[in-house]
Amino acid sequence: MMTQSSIDRPGIYSPDDQISEHAAESTFREIDDTDRAIPAIEFRNVTMTFDDRPVLNNLSFKVMKGETKIILGGSGCGKSTTIKLVLGLIKPDSGQILVNGEDVTNYSEEQMTRVRKKIGMIFQEGALFDSLSVYENVAFKLHEQGVPEDRVETEVRRMLRFVNLEAAIDNMPAELSGGMRRRVGIARALVGDPKIVMFDEPTAGLDPPTARTICELAMKLRDLEDVSSIFVTHEMNNLDYLTSEYAVVDEAGEVIFEKEGERLCLINCKVLMMRDGQVIFSGTDETLRHSEDAYIHRFLRGH
Amino acid sequence: MNIATRFLLELQELSLLAARAARGLFKKPHYVPETITQMDDIGVGSLTIVVLTGFFTGGVLTLQTYQTLASYGAVDQLGYLVGVALVRELGPVLTALMVTGRVVSAISAELGSMVVSEQIDAMRALGTDPVRKLVGPRILALMITLPLLTLIADIAGIAGGWAVSIWLFNLPSSMFMSSVRDGITTDDIQGGIIKPLFFAFLMGTIACHKGLRTEGGTVGVGRSTTTAVVTASIIVIIADFLLARALQLVFGTTT
Repeated sequence: MMTQSSIDRPGIYSPDDQISEHAAESTFREIDDTDRAIPAIEFRNVTMTFDDRPVLNNLSFKVMKGETKIILGGSGCGKSTTIKLVLGLIKPDSGQILVNGEDVTNYSEEQMTRVRKKIGMIFQEGALFDSLSVYENVAFKLHEQGVPEDRVETEVRRMLRFVNLEAAIDNMPAELSGGMRRRVGIARALVGDPKIVMFDEPTAGLDPPTARTICELAMKLRDLEDVSSIFVTHEMNNLDYLTSEYAVVDEAGEVIFEKEGERLCLINCKVLMMRDGQVIFSGTDETLRHSEDAYIHRFLRGH
Repeated sequence: MNIATRFLLELQELSLLAARAARGLFKKPHYVPETITQMDDIGVGSLTIVVLTGFFTGGVLTLQTYQTLASYGAVDQLGYLVGVALVRELGPVLTALMVTGRVVSAISAELGSMVVSEQIDAMRALGTDPVRKLVGPRILALMITLPLLTLIADIAGIAGGWAVSIWLFNLPSSMFMSSVRDGITTDDIQGGIIKPLFFAFLMGTIACHKGLRTEGGTVGVGRSTTTAVVTASIIVIIADFLLARALQLVFGTTT
C-alpha cells in the first residue's frame, strides 16, 4: 500500500480508517518531540528601511519544522528581503530573527557563516558562478571545506541526479538554459542536506513544464526529506501545485505526486501573503481562496 | 552628505576592506590557487603592454632629450638621464597606469557583475567570505606582480633608449649603456620597487571596493568600473608624489 511509506512522513495526515492507528501514533510522536515544536525560522516584529523607504513593517511569522511557507506578494513587497534576512545577507533595523530557536539577529559575519551552512538558498536567476563549471559550482561548498575529491564527486553526482541534470556535469553555466541553471542552483544549495531551504522566485521566467519540475523538487524536499522551506513566488500555478499535491514513493521505489483528496490532506504547506512589507494574510490555501479581501481577490484572479 | 564626509566614509570603507583582506590571508583556508591564477592573469597577461609601453617611452625620451643634451655637449650623459627618469618615475608610474587600465577595470567589472547577478550573495550564502576568497588573492597578486612588471618596463625602456641612440643618433653602443650603469644607484632601484608595492595595494583595494559596492544593475557595473579606473589613476599619481618625497627623506638625497 503506497500510503504505508507516507504515514511516517511528518506533515501528511491520513484520515484513512485502516491506518489511523499509525497516523495517530505519528501525530503523537510529532507533538511529543519538543525539538519539532521549535520553529525552523521565526521573525519577531522585524522592521527594515532602505533609504527612508520602509521595506518591512513589523513582520512576524513562523515556519515550523518540515513546513513549507509560500510567501506571495507583488513585486517590491519585501519577499526577497525577507529571505535575505534569514541568511543574514542584510540586517534588520529592529526585531528578532530566529533560526532553529537561535537568535541570529546580531550575529557577526563569521558567526553567521556557521548558521548559513545549515540553510540552502536558491536564488532568483540561479546565481551560478560564471567562471566555474557545473561540477565546480555544485562542489563549491565541499571544495571550500577541503573535502577529498572522490567524495566530492560522489556527492555532486548524487545532487545532480536529484535535479535530473547529471549529463550537464561538465558544462559551463553559460551553456545552460534558464531552467537548467535554476536546477543547478538547487543542486548547489542542497549539498550537505540542509534542513532549511529558501526559494527566491525559483520559477520566474520559466516555461510551465520547467516551472512544474522545480515545484516537484520543492515538494520532494518537503514530503520526503522533511525540509522546512520558504518559497517566495508570485505565480499562481506554483501555489496550486504546492498546496494540492504531495510526493510519495510508490512500491517500485519511484517518486510520484498525488493530488490532495479524500484520503490525504496536506497540512505542511501554509501561505503567507505580503503587501507593502506587512502580512495581509496567513493561513492555508483554502482560507486564502475564500478570502474577502479585495487585493487578495485581484492577486489570485489577476483582475 | 558633503564631500568631506563622503571622502572620510570612503576612506574608512577602503581601510576596513584592506584590513579584512589582510587578516584573511593569515587564516585557513589559504587561497593559494586563486592567488596564482590571479598572478597569471595580472602579471603574465600584462607583460606585452608593459614591455611596449616601456620600450617606446624610453625611445621617445631619448629622442626628445638628445637635442638639449647635444647643445650642452653632454650627449655622453644621455643614458644617465633616460635611465634615472625611467627607473625612478616613468617605469613605476606608467606601469601602474597601464595595469590600472587593464586590471583595475577588469577586477571591478568582474566583482561588479558578480554583485549584480547575486553571485556574491550566493557565495556568502554558501558560507564563504568573498573578501577572503576574491579580494585577498587579487590584492596580493597585484602586490607581487606589479614590482616585477615595473622592473621589466624599466629594462624595456632602457633597451628602447639604447636602440634610438644607436640607430637614430648613431652613438656608439657602449656610450649609452655605460652612462646608464654610472647614473643609476641602488637607492633608485629600491625606490623603484617600493613604489609599485604601494601602488598595487592602493589599486587593488580601490578596484575591489568599487566592484563590491556596485549598485543598480549593468549600468552600475559600468559606473563602478569607470570610477575605479579614474580613482586608481589619480591616486597612483598623487601617491607617486608623496612617495617620491618620502623616499628622498628616507634615502637622504634631494637630487
